[in-house]
Amino acid sequence: MDLFEYQGKQYFARFDIPVSPGGPADTVDEAVTEANQAGYPVVVKAQVQVGGRGKAGGIKLADNEAEVREHAGNILGMDIKGHVVRRLWVEKASDIDEEYYASFTLDRAEKKHLLMLSAEGGVEIEAVAESNPGAIVKLHIDPVDGLDAATARQACVDARLPERALDGAAEILVKLYRCFTEGDCDLAEINPLILKPTGEVHALDAKVTLDGNAEFRHPEWEAFKGLTEMDDREKMAAEKDLQYIGLDGSVGIIANGAGLAMSTLDVVNQVGGSAANFLDIGGGANADVMAGALEVINFDEDVRSILINIFGGITRGEEVAKGIVEALGRVDLRAPIVIRLDGTNAEEGRQILLDAGIPADKLQSEPTMLDAARAAVALAK
Amino acid sequence: MAIFVNENTKVIVQGLTGGQGKYHGLRNRDYGTQIVGGVTPGKGGQDVDGIPIFDSVAEAVEATGADASFVAVPPKFASDAILEAAAAGIGFVVCITEGIPAQDEAKTYNLLVRNHPGTRLLGPNCPGIISPGKCNIGITAGEIAQEPSADGPNVGIVSRSGTLTYQALYELKQKGIGVSTCVGIGGDPVPGTSFIDCLAEFEADPETHAIMMFGEIGGSAEEEAAAYVRANVTKPVAAYIAGVTAPPGKKMGHAGAIVSGGKGTAQGKMDALSSAGVKVGLNPTEAGELMADIAAGL
Repeated sequence: MDLFEYQGKQYFARFDIPVSPGGPADTVDEAVTEANQAGYPVVVKAQVQVGGRGKAGGIKLADNEAEVREHAGNILGMDIKGHVVRRLWVEKASDIDEEYYASFTLDRAEKKHLLMLSAEGGVEIEAVAESNPGAIVKLHIDPVDGLDAATARQACVDARLPERALDGAAEILVKLYRCFTEGDCDLAEINPLILKPTGEVHALDAKVTLDGNAEFRHPEWEAFKGLTEMDDREKMAAEKDLQYIGLDGSVGIIANGAGLAMSTLDVVNQVGGSAANFLDIGGGANADVMAGALEVINFDEDVRSILINIFGGITRGEEVAKGIVEALGRVDLRAPIVIRLDGTNAEEGRQILLDAGIPADKLQSEPTMLDAARAAVALAK
Repeated sequence: MAIFVNENTKVIVQGLTGGQGKYHGLRNRDYGTQIVGGVTPGKGGQDVDGIPIFDSVAEAVEATGADASFVAVPPKFASDAILEAAAAGIGFVVCITEGIPAQDEAKTYNLLVRNHPGTRLLGPNCPGIISPGKCNIGITAGEIAQEPSADGPNVGIVSRSGTLTYQALYELKQKGIGVSTCVGIGGDPVPGTSFIDCLAEFEADPETHAIMMFGEIGGSAEEEAAAYVRANVTKPVAAYIAGVTAPPGKKMGHAGAIVSGGKGTAQGKMDALSSAGVKVGLNPTEAGELMADIAAGL
């Protein structure tokens, strides 16, 4: 789950990471209220999950109430690379001496945590990585040991942060690492991390991705939900706990397992079709999940055929078949189904479909993934 | 021969009294796997269809001489279950659990490396391992695996995604090609066993004559495997990478499958494998056909 900047800052605050005083605003009036509370000058920032907000005019400095009204009015509703701005974050402007970059992620190749720290923050870190890789300190941290204050300070020294920034930056690194680990982040990034003329170091931006698998131990994440940028199809799928991504094609896809689902997309593409979505019903899906998946696919008006590709392992064929029969009784599917069913209890599943007496123009069975893709693509044309 | 597990492997199931553990544990036994016990704290002394249940892995090992474990417990208990198995001296742990937090996975992996170097973890979030005709641990339907033939050629399979692992087995079964061992390493961010671990074992296994590898977008595991093949693998390899048509920046279902910043793309992985001499198919069936060509020439 990707957080908006303001949510990231709220999350940072839970771990004592210093951020500027401010608040979210959905209207011009709310923006003024937040600005008056924070104290001028303020920065009015568009809340969208896409880079390049500043260049697009989505971040503006305001010295007084009139300027807040002007900028908030302009930015709300603005389209930034396809993302419409529905919310602002208004915070007290900071005096900046220097801008740094800091982040924690998991390095999958090394199987360790990775700290990246640079004295050249404020810009695209990828650009720095390309033009001046030596300017980024990369430190692997064993998750068993964690990050202590001395190591964090040494990283700041290695990144050539100035003496007066060392203590403040090191302290933030330790807190950010706690946020990353105890806060179950896939990514915790501050860019820029700023040094003020007063010598204080603080987070001017926040980029946080939460690990959905850890949701069970974070009831506080509930507050972050609801604003994620999803289309109507994706919202419906999310309500049913399905892994769904909307695409632009006409073949609705249902498969079990992310790999097989991706592979199904590939094969549909190779035989000349295009997928309307990616939908992984996951491992061990029962009849109810399958019926729900068909409802989500049916909600998409562009879908002209539905390709169900199931290779049962933990998912059982008879459950899949029951779900299809149930869905056909529950909803009026506008597109025909082509199914390929293999693996655990596939035989029982095929029998259930046969016994249900579903007409051939509503459901056809194909022996292989490739055959099923060809049939579904033909039906979608 | 086979890699990691064979007809002598003695397996306990952690979570045998739960729904998934019972269903798949009993299926594994039906397949012929030596399932010698189950572990559920507080249920020691009971049995599941004649299989004795123990309170701890240590007690189960003591009583049965088990050397492998099948972990089928919910995400919040999985890390502890894996570490308990390692502490009890289990050498091979298969964890099928899906949904373990990445932070827990990273910590568990590094704890194993540091404190239990004698234990290999397969998974989590993987379908398991099958040495056809000998041992099946996990959720793979045994009947889709072709048993190896005495005179070969036999293929070793390693795959990241669960269902694609079955697809790989299926493709070879259609062609009547025997499988020495099929390993599903799982698509999570910190898998206990990597492509490279499996490639090394297959290279050393006299019963394996060729290797089929199924990967997917995201991360760099396939690129690392390609470099390993180039330097260390003499046996022929065929491969398939899922996710050619996946839109960049979208998380495709599990943590493993995400393309970001132009890295981890299917094309990049296919190019890396091709340049290492691997035959790369554009879909699972094509990979199967490439493997059939390889097998015909062996």
